[in-house]
Amino acid sequence: MIHDFLTWLGSTEWSVRLLESLWVWPLIESTHVLSIALFVGSAMMMDLRLMGVRFGTVRASDFTSRLLPWTRGGFVVMVITGILVFYSNPVRYYHNIFFRLKMILMVVAGLNIWLFHSRIHNRVADWDTAAPPPRAARVAGLVSFASWTLIVVFGRLIAYNWFDCDLQPQPGFVNWASGCMLPAE
Amino acid sequence: MLLPFFEWCEATTLGRVVRESLWMFPVIEAIHLVGLCVLGGSLLVVDFRLLGTGLKDSTIADLDRQARPWMLLGVAVMLSTGVPLFLSEAIKCYYNTAFWVKILTLPVALLFTLLVKERFARTATETSTSSRWVGATDLLLWFVVAAGGRWIGFS
Repeated sequence: MIHDFLTWLGSTEWSVRLLESLWVWPLIESTHVLSIALFVGSAMMMDLRLMGVRFGTVRASDFTSRLLPWTRGGFVVMVITGILVFYSNPVRYYHNIFFRLKMILMVVAGLNIWLFHSRIHNRVADWDTAAPPPRAARVAGLVSFASWTLIVVFGRLIAYNWFDCDLQPQPGFVNWASGCMLPAE
Repeated sequence: MLLPFFEWCEATTLGRVVRESLWMFPVIEAIHLVGLCVLGGSLLVVDFRLLGTGLKDSTIADLDRQARPWMLLGVAVMLSTGVPLFLSEAIKCYYNTAFWVKILTLPVALLFTLLVKERFARTATETSTSSRWVGATDLLLWFVVAAGGRWIGFS
């Protein structure tokens, strides 16, 4: 069902135009990469603070009040441009194993953000200058740093068709994980 | 005139190994991108502060001192992954305008960051007209390097 919907989505006029455009697609993709440098880059600096690795002289709440608006701005641009890239070729991305790994990790990163803000950051006054930060904050920083690093790596690898469904034969696991619909033998 | 040099680069063992491997270029490129995030983040926190936004409760000198090791790590990762990427497709790069924009801006950005910005930030505390100039110049230079780098793959 999702496959059928995405097949339709990919056949819409703007999707086709976007994929075939000479300048717009590269510009969107470049904006995506540069907004990643802003979002992931500034998030990583905050993660270093949460892990107690660096920025020990800066209060944790400075990161979440003064730097976070920039991080959020980068996130918004990154998501919008990412959705546009997906829209340009939805079926291909949907069945790409790296895209799927990336989406799973984005759920992990998202849950981590939610847990951090609802359980750990709401008591930031207790540990704003604590060195090292409490264990829960260090774990949240580590999960964030690791998951965003892998998201960047998998995101880059989406561009390669090693495991694409139209490139058979593939190991059974790959076809299963990519949701490939193979013709009955 | 420089073409023979680029041909030599492409013929190096490292260039050949990366070019002939199915996965090395993509994996090195992915690490290059993670390095971009580390470098970008560590440059941005200081540049934002120089511009008068971001982590304003800290002095410029303190933020710069905190960010510096990660900035240097980011530069090291970028250069050590960027060189093999370049060697694997040196001749393509020679005919690529985006590559020339990037490679000519890169030493300017590096020298500006390491000599001008670091020297300025070491003793600066609060935002001033000159700190804004330093921050804006640094951001602009690295923006050109990053955008040019991404565009190498499109042209």
